[in-house]
Amino acid sequence: MDLSTVTRIIPARTRSDLIALGPTVVPLAGGSELFADPRAHLRALVDLQTLGWPALTITEDGLEIAATCTLAELSRLPMQAGWAAHPLFYQCCTALFGSFKVWNVATVGGNLATSLPAGPMITLAVALDAELLVWRGDGSDEVVPARQFVTGNMTNALAANDVLRSIRVPLTSLQATTAYRKIALSPLGRSGAVLAGRVDADGVFVLTVTAATLRPVQLRYSELPAADVLAGDIAAIDCWFTDAHGAADWRRAMGLLLGEEIRAELAASTDVASQS
Amino acid sequence: MTLEQAAMVATVTFEVNGTRVEATPAAGQCLRTLLREQEHFEVKKGCDTGDCGACTVQVDGTPVHSCIYPAYRAAGKQITTAAGLGQPGNLAPVQQRFVDSAGFQCGFCTPGMVVTAAAIEADADTEPGAVPRLHDLPRLLKGNLCRCTGYRSITDAITGQHTPPEGSCHVVPGREQSDASMLGRVRATGRAGQAVGPVGTSSGAIAGERVVSGLEPYTLDVAIPGLLHLAVLGSPHAHARIRSLDSTRAAALPGVHRVLTHADSPATLFSTARHESRFDDPDDTLVFDATLRFRGQRVAAVVADSVAIAEAACRLLEVEYELLDAVFDPQLAGAPGAPLVHGDKDPVVSRLADPRRNLVAELHGEYGNVEAGLAEATTIVSGSWQTQRISHTHLETHATIGWLDQSRLNLRTSSQVPFLVQKEICRLFDLEPADVRVFTARVGGGFGGKQELLTEDLVTLAVLKTGRPVQYEFTRTDELTIAPVRHPMTLDVTLGATADGRLTALKLGVLADTGAYGNHAPGVMFHGTSESVALYHVPNKQVNAQSVYTNNPPSGAFRGYGLGQIIFAIECALDELARKLHVDPFELRRLNSVRPGDPLVVTHEEGPDLIFGSYGLDQCLDLAEAALKRGNGAVVPAGPPWRVGTGMASSMIATTPPRGHRSQASVQLLAGGRYLVRVGTTEFGNGTTTVHAQIAATALHTTVDRIDLVHSDTDAAGYDSGAFGSAGVVVAGKAVLAAATALAETLSSAAASRSGSADVTWQLERDGLRAAGTVVSLDELASWATANDIDLTATRREDGALRSLAFNVHAFRVAVNTDTGEVRILQSIQTADAGFVMNPEQCRGQIEGGVAQALGTALFEEVLLDGAGAVTTRVLRNYHVPQLVDLPVTEVYFAQSHDVLGPYGAKSMSESTYNPVAPALANAVRDAIGIRPTELPMSRDRIWRLLHG
Repeated sequence: MDLSTVTRIIPARTRSDLIALGPTVVPLAGGSELFADPRAHLRALVDLQTLGWPALTITEDGLEIAATCTLAELSRLPMQAGWAAHPLFYQCCTALFGSFKVWNVATVGGNLATSLPAGPMITLAVALDAELLVWRGDGSDEVVPARQFVTGNMTNALAANDVLRSIRVPLTSLQATTAYRKIALSPLGRSGAVLAGRVDADGVFVLTVTAATLRPVQLRYSELPAADVLAGDIAAIDCWFTDAHGAADWRRAMGLLLGEEIRAELAASTDVASQS
Repeated sequence: MTLEQAAMVATVTFEVNGTRVEATPAAGQCLRTLLREQEHFEVKKGCDTGDCGACTVQVDGTPVHSCIYPAYRAAGKQITTAAGLGQPGNLAPVQQRFVDSAGFQCGFCTPGMVVTAAAIEADADTEPGAVPRLHDLPRLLKGNLCRCTGYRSITDAITGQHTPPEGSCHVVPGREQSDASMLGRVRATGRAGQAVGPVGTSSGAIAGERVVSGLEPYTLDVAIPGLLHLAVLGSPHAHARIRSLDSTRAAALPGVHRVLTHADSPATLFSTARHESRFDDPDDTLVFDATLRFRGQRVAAVVADSVAIAEAACRLLEVEYELLDAVFDPQLAGAPGAPLVHGDKDPVVSRLADPRRNLVAELHGEYGNVEAGLAEATTIVSGSWQTQRISHTHLETHATIGWLDQSRLNLRTSSQVPFLVQKEICRLFDLEPADVRVFTARVGGGFGGKQELLTEDLVTLAVLKTGRPVQYEFTRTDELTIAPVRHPMTLDVTLGATADGRLTALKLGVLADTGAYGNHAPGVMFHGTSESVALYHVPNKQVNAQSVYTNNPPSGAFRGYGLGQIIFAIECALDELARKLHVDPFELRRLNSVRPGDPLVVTHEEGPDLIFGSYGLDQCLDLAEAALKRGNGAVVPAGPPWRVGTGMASSMIATTPPRGHRSQASVQLLAGGRYLVRVGTTEFGNGTTTVHAQIAATALHTTVDRIDLVHSDTDAAGYDSGAFGSAGVVVAGKAVLAAATALAETLSSAAASRSGSADVTWQLERDGLRAAGTVVSLDELASWATANDIDLTATRREDGALRSLAFNVHAFRVAVNTDTGEVRILQSIQTADAGFVMNPEQCRGQIEGGVAQALGTALFEEVLLDGAGAVTTRVLRNYHVPQLVDLPVTEVYFAQSHDVLGPYGAKSMSESTYNPVAPALANAVRDAIGIRPTELPMSRDRIWRLLHG
């Protein structure tokens, strides 16, 4: 929709251009979220696309995803040797309510920064224990673990003049075995629960619960837990919520159901891996 | 400097469909608005949030939703719209397939749909011409919403296949026709396309090639010089009085032409609901009211150079409110001491049952003796049901453009009822009918939502006050928050029967929440309790129904007009009864449904205007039962949580609204030898223009390509009550048939006069008339008539005084996942008693579309309130309209019947298709899981809670 109060677009060329950011001036990446909600308080947008950040950079330590990388680019992430977690990237893209046409513009950083419970890039980043590089408004850099970035329904660790620069996925996570589950009130509807599980080479098991909870919840174990242990921990999660995409009691039940499915799937696949 | 000028960014240059464009977009403008400013009206505005896909364009070959794409990023890009893919006479293959498959009804979603389909095709990793990634179509099309078709025909269009009406599983490879031995009553429908067009064939939509290329104009697809825009300040309170309103700052904003408030409002009370008789609805509404009765109700409006300025000025309005107590629970609305929503109204003047009890309308009546009937029963079932608020979600929102032509008011509006709007605008603003023209372009969907006067009054006021052309367009959020929704109802049903399955008593209680205004409240309540109850031959019946005011957003007309809600409860109760009696549910209907000769009874015998003009319910029951028994080979999902069940439900509907529905049509032979049909009714995806052309072509022994149509314009056509109550074929169509038949006789006489020999009979043919080996062409006859000052026009009226009955039966086989609450439809069957089927493919489309909308109601959709009158589902991503993946292919079977009233024996078949679906699904879910769902929608969380809560 038209953001009729916006009178300026500031194409950022260098980090110093971000100084314009503030309560009425916000960063623009793909625009798919920004242009989908009336925001009468806005006066200007700072375009991050003009910074020209490379979308995907493979490093020795893993993968660096620019905040401005689109979901379309991420969904086509080339497979690298040993990246057992590769399917999770595409799977998380499919959890976006927006169509493949929205993938063409929506960005990984925009999805994280919007911080909706159903944001699937949050699932991806938390599930892979990504670290988020934040450019603070005072010129400093800060690395925030993904699991600490989103603090609630549409709230996060960013101040008004901060910018999310990139998402760094460690190689250990890329090489981990993953499992993914999503459910909504309709087959491809806006997510009611999105869960992702990961087993690292050292046996560490991490379950990430999103979309059903007001903020992402991560459960971490040194090895695959027994079913009742995992169920007990999921049941103890305290931030299930109700909206048009599902009632809290159902979401909790789906968390339990899908969490156990993930545990069972990873138990089977790591079993096979250890046998072969 | 105005707000707009300040917001401009630099001039950008880009290409649209190969043509270079230079423009200066506003900084925060989206690409959709920029393209429409360039008069690329093929780019539609459906949701404004990237959810519906109607605005899809390709940017350098990449498809995007242009409503969420910043306009300034168009710089240097090549943009392709639907009109750039192909144009009439030179369509792209994918566009042609949408025409051939009847892959649209209203067509508002279609330009975005074909641009998306073309992109998918271009990106297909298959052989050229092969099916483009069919398995992935649900994901690829999830961002393209169609409210009309149910997607089967769209899937066929994209993939180039043709799914026969009985479903692909019943097709013997290499043969697409029905299996006559198995489906003797089924009419093979063939597919749409370039058929010559007599009734009974699947003629393609008249506007097809323009629709698929985006060149068929809708309401706002027109450039008007000097157009002003209107924005509304909505009430932040559910019940309040305006204590003061200061518009000084708003009026002073550059670009503002006028602020309109309750001081400008006519004092005449009216209803936004429109009917043939204006006395059908209570007069309880003002253009602007100093009392605000729901959140979002108009407080004031600003007319300005742009929407942006008008909205900015609305934010500058200073309003002081006096808050009033509010009532939100319809159960409490009638209680002593409850806040009164319209306590100020005179019950006689406003036609309200009792405004001191928030009561708009009520019906209490008994036929026979229900207590005695229940005493006689060996089995009694009783239950309570609840239905929800539904948003019509026609993809074209409500909108009007108004202007003065000399001193004459013109309203171009998105309405199902232009003639009724004209009448009421004249009454409100004290104008003569000759001074007001109301017309529509093609209307982008309605479903009852446009049987309301929601934008025309405000535009009229703005035009009269400013003298300038003014546009008012609802946003999608307006549609979800202030446009009337389907009446939510609480329903209580008690049934009694003897051991052999004969009904002895039927008792119905209805409480409808009509919200803050009574538009359609009496009609929905009375109609809802009518054919639903009259369908069953029961000696003892009792109805207690009330429709009450609350401070919730208003309810209004919705496809089915109350029947859907009440049929849901009665058909579920009947299913429960069948279970208790151990009688098959089809058999229970056969035992108790009315048959020709039976009285039609609600609380008394219906008047003589309602007759069995034909009867196909018995066939509908047989066809549905046979199809369900036959199955369709669908694989039941594996695993312990899945349970399978079947269910069915019936419905009946009168083919015409009660108390008169009038239409006048004329048919004229024009110079050049073409026929012109003038008829007042509106095309909004219901297909009436196609059927009217077929009727005229048939009566005049010609083909549809000789027929031109002018419709839905108070200047250009005779009076028509409007396109509601499924009257487009049975009333307006009948008028067209009468006029065309009369013209055929006139032409024969004219040919005789022209030849000078009165004793020869001239027979009409495709291009002329023939007698004794001599042919006079239509062109020659028209020229002769012009030369001799003879007008070759015939005009006829139809008053809808007699009404017939149509029937639909739906059946489902479902699998329910007891762990998640998911309902998966394995087989969906609808059988329809449509009388003679005028256009099989189109009628099938109406049925599929009705089923689709009903499945949205049954499974997904709900306008949610916070308990204090505020809607929380304000955008489409929070209000789930069915996507392609959500809907099964429904098997469609027609009964063979021939109605004595309808043209060529046809009956209405638009609203009625919606009504039996939700109860059939609920009954199937009950069969699967052993627990009866009683609330709509049967969402996964609700089904899960039935099992685990």
